[in-house]
Amino acid sequence: MKNDVNLLPTPFTELLRPHNLAHSWERWEGKLSVGVYDNDVREYFAIRNAVSLYDTSPITQYRITGRDTARFLDRLMARDMTKCRVGQAVYACWCDDAGKVVEDGTVFRLGDGDYLINVQEHNLAWFEDTAYGFEVSIEDVTEDYCSLALQGPLSRRLLEEIGLSGIADLKFFRLAQTELEGIPLLVARTGFTGDLGYELYLAPRDAERLWNLLWAAPIAVRLVPIGSHALNYARIEAGFLQVNTDFIGAEHCLRPSQRRSPFELGFDWLVDLKKPGYFVGRRALEREKAAGGPRRRLVGLDIEGNKPAVDSFLYAGNKEVGRVTSAFWSPICKRNIALATVEAGHDALGTELRADIWTTKELKIERSMRSARVVPRPFYDPPHKKS
Amino acid sequence: MEQFDAVVLGAGHNGLTAAAYLARAGLKVMVLERRHLIGGAAVSEELFPGFTYSTCSYVCSLLRPEIMRELDLPRHGLQVVPYEGSLNVLTNGEYLASYNNHDRQMREIRRFSKRDAEAYDRFALAIQRQCRLIKPMLLMTPPDPTSLKPRDLRGLAKMAGIFGELGEEQLYETMRFWTMSCGDFLDEHFETDVVKGHMAGSSIIGTALGPYSPGSAYVLLHHYMGEVDGSIGAWGYARGGMGAISKALASAAQAHGCQIRTNAEVAHVIVKEGRAVGVALKSGEEFYGRAIVSNLDFRRSINGLEWTEPLDPALKKKAADFKIRGSSGKLNIALDGLPNFVGIDRARNPALCGDIHYSPSLDYLERAYDDWKYGHWSRKPYLDILIPSLIDPTMAPEGKHYMSVFVQYVPPTLHDGPWTPAKRDAFGETVIDLIEQMAPGFRNLILHKQVRSPWDIENEVGLTEGNIFQGELTLDQLMFNRPIPGMAQYRGPRPGFYLCGSSTHPGGGVMGAPGHNAAREILLDFKARKLA
Repeated sequence: MKNDVNLLPTPFTELLRPHNLAHSWERWEGKLSVGVYDNDVREYFAIRNAVSLYDTSPITQYRITGRDTARFLDRLMARDMTKCRVGQAVYACWCDDAGKVVEDGTVFRLGDGDYLINVQEHNLAWFEDTAYGFEVSIEDVTEDYCSLALQGPLSRRLLEEIGLSGIADLKFFRLAQTELEGIPLLVARTGFTGDLGYELYLAPRDAERLWNLLWAAPIAVRLVPIGSHALNYARIEAGFLQVNTDFIGAEHCLRPSQRRSPFELGFDWLVDLKKPGYFVGRRALEREKAAGGPRRRLVGLDIEGNKPAVDSFLYAGNKEVGRVTSAFWSPICKRNIALATVEAGHDALGTELRADIWTTKELKIERSMRSARVVPRPFYDPPHKKS
Repeated sequence: MEQFDAVVLGAGHNGLTAAAYLARAGLKVMVLERRHLIGGAAVSEELFPGFTYSTCSYVCSLLRPEIMRELDLPRHGLQVVPYEGSLNVLTNGEYLASYNNHDRQMREIRRFSKRDAEAYDRFALAIQRQCRLIKPMLLMTPPDPTSLKPRDLRGLAKMAGIFGELGEEQLYETMRFWTMSCGDFLDEHFETDVVKGHMAGSSIIGTALGPYSPGSAYVLLHHYMGEVDGSIGAWGYARGGMGAISKALASAAQAHGCQIRTNAEVAHVIVKEGRAVGVALKSGEEFYGRAIVSNLDFRRSINGLEWTEPLDPALKKKAADFKIRGSSGKLNIALDGLPNFVGIDRARNPALCGDIHYSPSLDYLERAYDDWKYGHWSRKPYLDILIPSLIDPTMAPEGKHYMSVFVQYVPPTLHDGPWTPAKRDAFGETVIDLIEQMAPGFRNLILHKQVRSPWDIENEVGLTEGNIFQGELTLDQLMFNRPIPGMAQYRGPRPGFYLCGSSTHPGGGVMGAPGHNAAREILLDFKARKLA
């Protein structure tokens, strides 16, 4: 195999290219991905108001098969994975044995002893280490699939129009393995936008045919390809964390102090200390809990004014107590929102902090201290997401 | 007879660094160099018309940025141009490349093993952690762990602080890392021979250790702890060859009034009332200095020089026992054009501008080491090839190329006696035969070549046994053990005598740190009025 370029195309790259008026290509795990096609705000509103299309082909995928698969995943993940049924998707995180998050991702149970894990970073080494003694096979199948995320209130209608008739019955975080005009398709009602949406996985050879079906649908007049910027806005509103932005995976931390426990990231709901048996990190997490909980917390903030608190330090009085990791003005909430990590004791809902915001205007740098209130995540949670 | 504040023996890069710092502090400094040119093992020579050879050391990464900055070396002509990547060319038409671009690097390793591609991140992280640990210690005088002096205690506390930040788990890793073999370390990370071979080169360069000898993991780190413009682990070319570094250092020293004499071989250290007070050249000419600063390696400083008042026999025995074993040879070659390495797109592959290894596996390297142990150059050697003229336009006429070939292992004496010109030629042929297999047609491109065994390096540059690091980089000879316990703070066996070469902490490579640190100690002694 030749290896003479830095970024490889996905099966959709050439189909996306005519839409990419801004020629804004960026990297996503060695593949070409679009930052902004034309106008990030217009793209963002397709997610919230119509239907958006995002090429998720670069996502790293591992297929786990074998006799001990369910037991292995239950050892690996902090959630109770034995509850995951065939046809179900589960969002989960996994820790090292010090109870620090290695990464988070979605797990699809395709069949008995057959799972697909979708993640940002490479995890093969960690999974294989954890699989020691289990009869499982872990295969990187990233190249076997390409995928599109169709997200937005009209996404269901789009799928119905292309002929996925049973789609209305597909519940939130459920999977359908189906066929569309001879194209084998894995449809997951999942997404990274916090809206109604689906992810479609298929073989690379079928990419163009699916693409043509999508654009031939009558509702495709409302279909907008979106770049990573628009997606990022939506995921902040949905309160989703981005690895390497809001936290660093334990396997990639140069400084051990930068590792985070699931409790620190607000992943409490992904940790099941009541589940039977051991999972990696269990004792450390029990100890953390027994010692009074995490030393810091990831929180949502509602910040006064309209200037995004990008990278802002947070203060309680004169004491620096945290830092913003993601921030932007939410057009759907009409609020200035942010995700931030703060020291324990400053994470209770309603806590008032102050954000140190620096903005540049015509070379003039303005600094303002704005009040920042700890509020619940997600910031935006429409009823149609799950209905 | 002339009186100086400091007389520096040897104009190697560390001698020049020390001289520049001393002169900068206002001292009257004289540097005495045996050869006709300055630089020691950091030299550029035109041995064939139109071609500049970096005859000994050949790449730059370790030279401390603090030194470049404090001595204003760029103003004195130093330019370090980074290069990217490396290649491990196999003779079966396959190769493994390293690229700066992370995605491309991952994909490249994945061609051989998906697992190794992911393990590379862990490997890089482990190395980076060790780099972060050692970096603050490079420009530090190693504290004496047996001393109760406040300065040593402060130094130890600082080191404890650096280690303390690591956390328990990393501390264990560090203890293991400093003592283990590179082979074991790589086996823990990777499964593929070619990947391990590729990574292992740095653990044996300049070292009389095999990849499975304990302590070789540290040598790997020693080659990673440098930087170019803040990019840790990056390597670059000094524009104009390695002599450009020496020239810039000399120019910086001279700008502060330092004098440099070439063709001035020191024969005696003059000791009066127990103090080293001067040196006498072979010619009889004498130079007196309040500080006598030796850039010679430890064994040469103690046993190679005549001391007018004899030194402790026990010390002379320690100097004789100092591990300074030659293990490398070198070819400098003028080429009529760019060689055609099998499978490499010459026009587009940036990895060609970096190190081109021949290093198919750890087993291969270990066997190469076996030959050395029994007094033969490796019949199948490890090669580290660079073509500086791909990046530096001053090294060769346009369209032609200068190739530097570092070879390991090569013993300082052979099992059947000393080196002879015929044996040297045979050694050179071994290397050229191998390159011919990597790049068919290579032999026909050769316009001129210089073949150097450790014997040549010793006799020309003055490095004992041709050891490029002025002493092995093993834990028994590192930090407060370098060169020997009790002499690790740059002060020699007599008051007024100092060591500033790579035999001292933090060791070899064109780093300048030993010279910098020695100068600091000398200036402290001046300040404390310990130097009359």
